[in-house]
Amino acid sequence: MSTLEDTRSGGNGYVGQAIRRKEDPPLITGRGRYVDDIQLSGMLYAAIVRSTEAHAKIVSIDKSALEGRKGIKLVLTGEDMTDLAAPLPMAWAPPGVEVRTPEHWPLARGKVCHVGDPVAVVVGDDKYAVVDAAEEVFVEYESLPVLVDPEKALDADAPVIHEQFGTNHSYDWSLGGGDVEAALAEADVVVERRIVNHRTAGAAIEPRAAIAEWRAGYLTLWSTTQVPHLVRLQLAGVLGVAEDHFRVIAPDVGGGFGSKLNIYGEEALVSYLSRRLERPVRWTATRSEDMLSAVHGRDQIDYVRMGLKSDGTITAIHTKILADLGAYHQLLTPFIPAFSAFVMGGCYKIPNVQTDITGVFTNKFPTDAIRGAGRPEATHLLEVMLDQAAAEIGMDRLELRRKNFIPKEDFPADVSVGITYDSGDYHGSLDKLLTNLDLDAFKQEQEQARAQGRHLGIGFSTYMEICGLAPSRAVGPGGVGLQAGFWESAVVRVHPSGSATVWSGTSPHGQGLDTSFAQIVADRIGITPDQVEVVHGDTERGPFGMGTYGSRSLSVGGESLARAAIKVQDKARRIAAHLLEAAPEDVELADGKYQVRGSPDKGLALGDISLAAYVPENLPEGMEPGLEETNFYDPENFVFPFGAHAAIVEVDAETGKVDLKRYVCVDDCGPAINPMLIDGQVHGGIVHGVAQALYEQVVYDENGQLVTGSFVDYALPTAAEMPSFDTDRTETPSPSNSLGVKGVGEAGTIASSPTIVNAVVDALRPLGVEYIDMPLTPMRVWQAIQAAQGTGPGPRATEQGVADDGGRGGGASGAGPGGHEEGAQ
Amino acid sequence: MGASGTVHMTVNGEAYEDAVEPRLLLVHYLRDKLGLTGTHVGCDTTNCGACTVHLNGEAVKSCTVLAVQADGAEVKTIEGMAHNGTLHPLQEAFWNKHGLQCGYCTPGMIMAAADLLERNPDPSEEEVRHGLEGNLCRCTGYHNIVQAVLEAAKARQGVGV
Repeated sequence: MSTLEDTRSGGNGYVGQAIRRKEDPPLITGRGRYVDDIQLSGMLYAAIVRSTEAHAKIVSIDKSALEGRKGIKLVLTGEDMTDLAAPLPMAWAPPGVEVRTPEHWPLARGKVCHVGDPVAVVVGDDKYAVVDAAEEVFVEYESLPVLVDPEKALDADAPVIHEQFGTNHSYDWSLGGGDVEAALAEADVVVERRIVNHRTAGAAIEPRAAIAEWRAGYLTLWSTTQVPHLVRLQLAGVLGVAEDHFRVIAPDVGGGFGSKLNIYGEEALVSYLSRRLERPVRWTATRSEDMLSAVHGRDQIDYVRMGLKSDGTITAIHTKILADLGAYHQLLTPFIPAFSAFVMGGCYKIPNVQTDITGVFTNKFPTDAIRGAGRPEATHLLEVMLDQAAAEIGMDRLELRRKNFIPKEDFPADVSVGITYDSGDYHGSLDKLLTNLDLDAFKQEQEQARAQGRHLGIGFSTYMEICGLAPSRAVGPGGVGLQAGFWESAVVRVHPSGSATVWSGTSPHGQGLDTSFAQIVADRIGITPDQVEVVHGDTERGPFGMGTYGSRSLSVGGESLARAAIKVQDKARRIAAHLLEAAPEDVELADGKYQVRGSPDKGLALGDISLAAYVPENLPEGMEPGLEETNFYDPENFVFPFGAHAAIVEVDAETGKVDLKRYVCVDDCGPAINPMLIDGQVHGGIVHGVAQALYEQVVYDENGQLVTGSFVDYALPTAAEMPSFDTDRTETPSPSNSLGVKGVGEAGTIASSPTIVNAVVDALRPLGVEYIDMPLTPMRVWQAIQAAQGTGPGPRATEQGVADDGGRGGGASGAGPGGHEEGAQ
Repeated sequence: MGASGTVHMTVNGEAYEDAVEPRLLLVHYLRDKLGLTGTHVGCDTTNCGACTVHLNGEAVKSCTVLAVQADGAEVKTIEGMAHNGTLHPLQEAFWNKHGLQCGYCTPGMIMAAADLLERNPDPSEEEVRHGLEGNLCRCTGYHNIVQAVLEAAKARQGVGV
């Protein structure tokens, strides 16, 4: 599988440098262009009437108040839009099993299944007036019983959300290797826990928005999307529009985190409206609307059993995942829990691993991919279980990890779930972490603090993850069974003057790939990154591509660009050889010149060669003019980044408040293209996971009302809650691509939530606390302390949802940031 | 809705006079009427700070100010921070320190930081973190934003901007 012979760069050495970003000048001067910044002449505005009920029949919709209203062009309901060609798509499902998938339309038909379900849309020429008008559309509902708790979804008396199925059960799917039941029966110790991985929001700071312009039979859609090509492909089917008459543009996109990796009803809606009205139509979500209608993440209850020998050898792990899918399937909804199953063995040599998933419907918005998408859930439960098991058998937590690590010499390592980890050095990253951390010093500090009645704790997680989506053969129709390919595309075009424009099928939205891609291409064709313009995010410019998600853009998209650039370099060398009257094999690219080996004085710059290519007076016999190459790259394996993270916390036992004091990590994503960008991804990733562990939670009350519907109640951390981070790297190249790189966009999030939980539990073990479910809000932590001490009221249902601290997934968003105290009662 | 009123405003040094609805938010006046789309909207509850601009020299969240309240005021937005092609030290520092990723919170973050440095030219890391509490970023984890503001503080003192 190795393609390492293709690592030729050009000798300019831009790869590896912390070059500041090409993306930044417009963004720091206010000249970025996000969807809501775009103005089109004649543009209309859409406002959506959303359900106030979690589960109800629509009895009637009265829009008569708006009849003849000046400035209001159109009011539509679901029944007015029955000429759509197809419902919204669900494209990825676990293979080989029946997955019950309800029809899902941009506007609800007949009934609503979650608060925020769109029931009507108002279009007019003023963006304030349409919001007013939307309030005058009167919807009469007949309320139905509401299902919020996934653990009750399959009860005989549970309200059934989709009557046609007669059940709230969507699917069961399993992945495993070995014989987990036999191994658990033979284990010396079986540790059993119920671990709740609660519902979260992507919460990109740019709310979703879409503008459609139907003009003379051609549709253009600007959308806040991570996947413009997939939006075009899928919406073409929904709308009944030919792909060749449909252009999707993702301009600057203000963060995604998976919440913009989807095909949304609102994108279909504005497209439909524009076609009907022959005017451009814009919809921009308010934050409150986005909290109701952008996919949520996580929401698994994990019932875990881990079997060990008394010497600490882990022999088995069995996880039953109950996945709360929400009311419908979005693009990838049912596949996300399945992704957990692939990393359930983590960094460890566990011969028997089995994951059994049950996905159920509830009256909530659908879950889908949010930063990490299934891997954070698996890593969280596994790394928490490692600490729980270590305590139970009386072994040091790090010793237990080391004992079970897959050793460096086992790579590429076949693991029991049937995949092959590409490369790894798990001992190496943990060793480096401990050096950077000075664990002994912390232990002394912890002891002194304990003597003073202060509660310091340290937590670790040693993670690996699977990314670089994906080898089509492994996950496509003939492999795991997803109905898609997962390759990436690239075009490198050298202009006659010697600068280059390159196109990528990825669609970055903050990752800095314009810069790292330019570094890769510059080295390979012999110019500077400033001379490389990177274009993406537009279906009409550049080839079809799969977009940006799953930490794939560098290892798949960057590799595709590297390969296209090497093809350009090869042609340039042949032209140079011809012009220099040398054999092509004697010409090398060094120091930015194509020169005859050993005669550096006789070199040609790329501009000399490209001019010759476009003014083809003197090209080698039979060579086509021009200097442009395309590559479609389908990886042969995933990539498997890994690392070791540690957090030091102090818990105030009087209030339950957790203070994150220090965070140290070592990540390995292979050789760095731009180390500054890696650090940036790690910082942001860590905070995303820390935020889930401490503050953030999407909470629906028992009536299915979203009580964390704005940034007042959904508690994103601010700068004031976070420390600075101590990041470091090891570099273990992946044999899967010529760059040796692995993804890093999600690693920090995957690693950090268990690190925090383990740290808090470590701090509170002297008080008898053994485990607490996230989010570790002051109330949760305080209650856990009281329960462990036998002094307090113990579990009680005072938070939103049900918070009995067996941890049934309730809990308000927390008293973290900005004075967000426990949510409004 | 309601009668229109006229507002006079100086924005980034240029004088404007416009008839506006009384309920028009300053942020929408800047974005939709003046085309200054560098000021963003990220929430509807005054939490995120993406819409931060300077009103008579002080940072305000322009989603929580009516255009008519800014009548007669001097407003500065992100578009007014660079002078004659020279970046403001904060813009330069955000670029140098990788203080932005998607860039959506960045204009508000820079405007808030500028106000912070005006009030406290030599802040500690802790003071920067607390000073930016009103601005949310989902991408950077704040680490490099804080570094950028500290660098800008040094640069600003060095050149006496």
